[in-house]
Amino acid sequence: MSELHLLSTQQLITGLQDKQFSSLELTEHYIKRIDALDNKINSFITHTSETARAQAKAADEMRAQGDQRPLLGVPMAHKDIFCTQGVLTTCGSKMLHNFVSPYDATIVSNIDKAGMISLGKLNMDEFAMGSDNSSSYYGTVQNPWNLERVPGGSSGGSAAAVAAGFVPVATGSDTGGSIRQPASFCGLTGIKPTYGRVSRFGMIAYASSLDQAGSMGRSAKDCAYLLQPMIGHDPRDATSIKYDMPDYVQDINDAEAAAGDKPFAGLRIGVAKEYFSAGLDAEVETAVRAALKKYEELGATIVEVNITDPEITLATYYMLAPAEASSNLSRFDGVRFGYRCENPTDLLDLYTRSRSEGFGPEVQRRILTGTYALSAGYFDAYYTKAQKIRRLIVKDFDEAFASCDVIASPTAPTAAYKLTDNLDPATMYLGDVYTIAVNLAGLPALSQPVGLTSEGLPVGLQLIGKHWQESQLLTTAHLFQQHTDHHLQHSAIAKETV
Amino acid sequence: MSTATTDNNAVREHAVRKELFVDGYEVVIGIEIHCQLNTESKIFSSAPTDFGHEPNSQASIVDLGLPGVLPVLNAGVVDRALKFGIGVNAELGLFNTFDRKNYFYPDLPKGYQITQMANPIVGEGYIDVVVNEGEKNEYPKRMGITRAHLEEDAGKSVHDAVDGMTGVDLNRAGTPLIEIVSEPDMRSAHEALAYIKAIHQLVTWLGISDAVMAEGSFRCDCNVSVREPGAELGTRTELKNLNSFRFIERAINREIERQIDILEDGGQVLQATMLYDPERDETRVMRTKEDANDYRYFPDPDLLPVRIEQHTVDSIRAAMPELPVARRARFEEALGLSEYDARILTGSRQIADYFEAVVAEVGQADAKMAGNWVMGDLLGALNKDDKEITDSPISAKQLAGMLARIKDDTLSGKLAKKVFSALYEREGGDADDAADKIIEEKGLKQETDTGAIKAIVEEVIAKNQAMVEEYRGGKEKAFNGLVGQVMKASRGSANPQQVNQILKELLG
Repeated sequence: MSELHLLSTQQLITGLQDKQFSSLELTEHYIKRIDALDNKINSFITHTSETARAQAKAADEMRAQGDQRPLLGVPMAHKDIFCTQGVLTTCGSKMLHNFVSPYDATIVSNIDKAGMISLGKLNMDEFAMGSDNSSSYYGTVQNPWNLERVPGGSSGGSAAAVAAGFVPVATGSDTGGSIRQPASFCGLTGIKPTYGRVSRFGMIAYASSLDQAGSMGRSAKDCAYLLQPMIGHDPRDATSIKYDMPDYVQDINDAEAAAGDKPFAGLRIGVAKEYFSAGLDAEVETAVRAALKKYEELGATIVEVNITDPEITLATYYMLAPAEASSNLSRFDGVRFGYRCENPTDLLDLYTRSRSEGFGPEVQRRILTGTYALSAGYFDAYYTKAQKIRRLIVKDFDEAFASCDVIASPTAPTAAYKLTDNLDPATMYLGDVYTIAVNLAGLPALSQPVGLTSEGLPVGLQLIGKHWQESQLLTTAHLFQQHTDHHLQHSAIAKETV
Repeated sequence: MSTATTDNNAVREHAVRKELFVDGYEVVIGIEIHCQLNTESKIFSSAPTDFGHEPNSQASIVDLGLPGVLPVLNAGVVDRALKFGIGVNAELGLFNTFDRKNYFYPDLPKGYQITQMANPIVGEGYIDVVVNEGEKNEYPKRMGITRAHLEEDAGKSVHDAVDGMTGVDLNRAGTPLIEIVSEPDMRSAHEALAYIKAIHQLVTWLGISDAVMAEGSFRCDCNVSVREPGAELGTRTELKNLNSFRFIERAINREIERQIDILEDGGQVLQATMLYDPERDETRVMRTKEDANDYRYFPDPDLLPVRIEQHTVDSIRAAMPELPVARRARFEEALGLSEYDARILTGSRQIADYFEAVVAEVGQADAKMAGNWVMGDLLGALNKDDKEITDSPISAKQLAGMLARIKDDTLSGKLAKKVFSALYEREGGDADDAADKIIEEKGLKQETDTGAIKAIVEEVIAKNQAMVEEYRGGKEKAFNGLVGQVMKASRGSANPQQVNQILKELLG
């Protein structure tokens, strides 16, 4: 029982089916770990242990009565960006410190319907703005591999909770790399699906045209299990697209069954020199190149491709995302919900103080940037130009994909850094240099662990796919994981028993 | 159009415009109309659009702007907007997009209003109106429409419900609107009114809006400026939220006077938003340009562009009702109605439909008679009871049934009035032949038997020798007295023509 949290989702499902343990035992195991160890890493904002126990009991009864849903009774937790009915939903902000959502996000109810058990709400950068979880009103999260290091952001709580063995899988959201970068920092696999694949209804918006929810786990297959109930058309989200419904786990199993000793024969992996640019940490580059070598050994062909200069992409992102954010965050005005300043003297005072006191500095910085970019006289020079570049980025990807099946790159230029490194915002934005083009183009991408630095910090490799090709990404990463053990390394906290 | 006609129009236009100058100034008016579309649910949510409920009872989480919620476009508003676009002969935005207009206000839950800025659903068009309609100085004019776009309505601030505080009612938030923007083509309050009435008639005619001004479902903002003839456009002020035809005219005229007074005193008109106070009959500055917002419009990333297929437009166009101007012309030409009658009978689509349903029964040859009964007796009675034609207690078939009895001489005009009253009181029930039942039950059949009438006439002559003598002595009026006596004796049932004829014969 002491190592339940080290089991894969597949093993948990099998264990529940074979009655090696009950959902309640499993849930208790995780709750015990969270209670004992989360004070070290601060990954949860809200615990829902009591409802989780009740749900676990109910799940055990349903399973006993023949309920066959594979995920029935499997624990997980949600990034606090997803609205959960009757449960505090803060988005990592003081602005929503008292907001109990009256409704469930679509993915929350979908995961609920799959029978999974939510252990709570996970810490995150405020309104998903940040790359190291330092902008959370609820404090930074420590990296379970090394408590002096950041877990990455903005899904830092999700990454840390999975890496610490508090939940087998967790939801995240990715606007410019917010699933992939923390997955990379915490030695996990995390996938950001194609834009439109997962409903955004109930996911508190940062930049609507870039935001997409995804899953995080210790392996590609774990990610596939959680992603499955998340996807599909949602009539409540106009940007959610009707598209054929894959079965990710089945696809992985089929590929595994068909694979010989050269599982990647015929796979063309595109590598862009733009993704090995100045600022790339040498140890990260070494690990990533070694992983590419492994892919080649297993049959893949490496082809050179060109993509848009990441610096241009970065500038484009930091124009468009704040522009949308400045508008999306207007509803947090102290009038109807959330934080309201004390004793406002008039309406303007109510607005300005509620927003100045409720939003943290990073959020204010981006609102101001975005407001500026959209303001009369600057709109064409900034917003319109950025939209044009965005179309060029899409075009560049289309051209690159003409000669390859997936594109590989480092996920982040460095491994997890120390919070005390105190990066200035512009330097921190550089951490997104390899991940944001994917969001601008609406493509699916995944980060998988490919090794550790000399200090024992995980390094991630990013795989970018064509639109709607999550299955290919998950399958590719899974087959790689069948031949390597990077994803089986455990963080210091995960190794602790309680 | 021939050159001669164009010249005539130009001459006429010139004459009209000269008349319109006020104290030597030319008035320029452009109008924005916010018209609620009559969908059952809101433009971006499934909450109902019903009016007059408890505050915040008709607002969903989407209308409340809760974190995480997203808008989904109600397809019903697109069809309605396209109908309007076709109705004003406009270019249609087959690719139209939604933008966000950002500003803070307590009744604007999201901090932005979803509207169409860059690519509206209706482009340039026009509507033909008659100014001073029905008056001696009426004249036709074509008014340009710049564009019309879809947007969501905001909620309402309620200042008197909570002591010392302002409440917010979001029932109206998300109600679909079409904002219709005119060219600055109006040159007087009368022209503005004619335009607004024409748009009002069109949207109700098309069935896309209830357009009840008192409920705010049809609201007008008028941009007014004055200039010396031939000069550049003057600085405009915007009169906000005018919600009755009467106030529109008065407000515009007050604003024209105010602006001219300023200019005459050597001052400058400042760009401002004005409110009209009907009690004091004056316009007042609500806010000036200095307070104006930078709305930071940008495309709403939550809504995909709307792409409309040509076949959708074709099928909407095919299903369009005949529009007021065309219908009026047809009533004049095909049915031989006077201009006046045709105008009254196309006052609303429901009136026109009712009238045509009657004509379909009685035949086009009797359209004039049908028109007279619809306009005179029916609309008169309904008006007195403050009812719409759709609430008429007499169905078109029932009215036609009565008209058939007039035609076949069963009813005289006088008897018909009695039958009409009985029909109006629903004494004949629902049946199409209600008039026949009433005639039967009340014995209102006209007497046309010559012998029977002659007998009555003879009796009247015998009893009224004095009158007979008067008539024979040259007093024509006495004849009418005798007719009256005959009618009285027959209890109104004798055919008046026959009575006349027989009386003349017998009196020699």
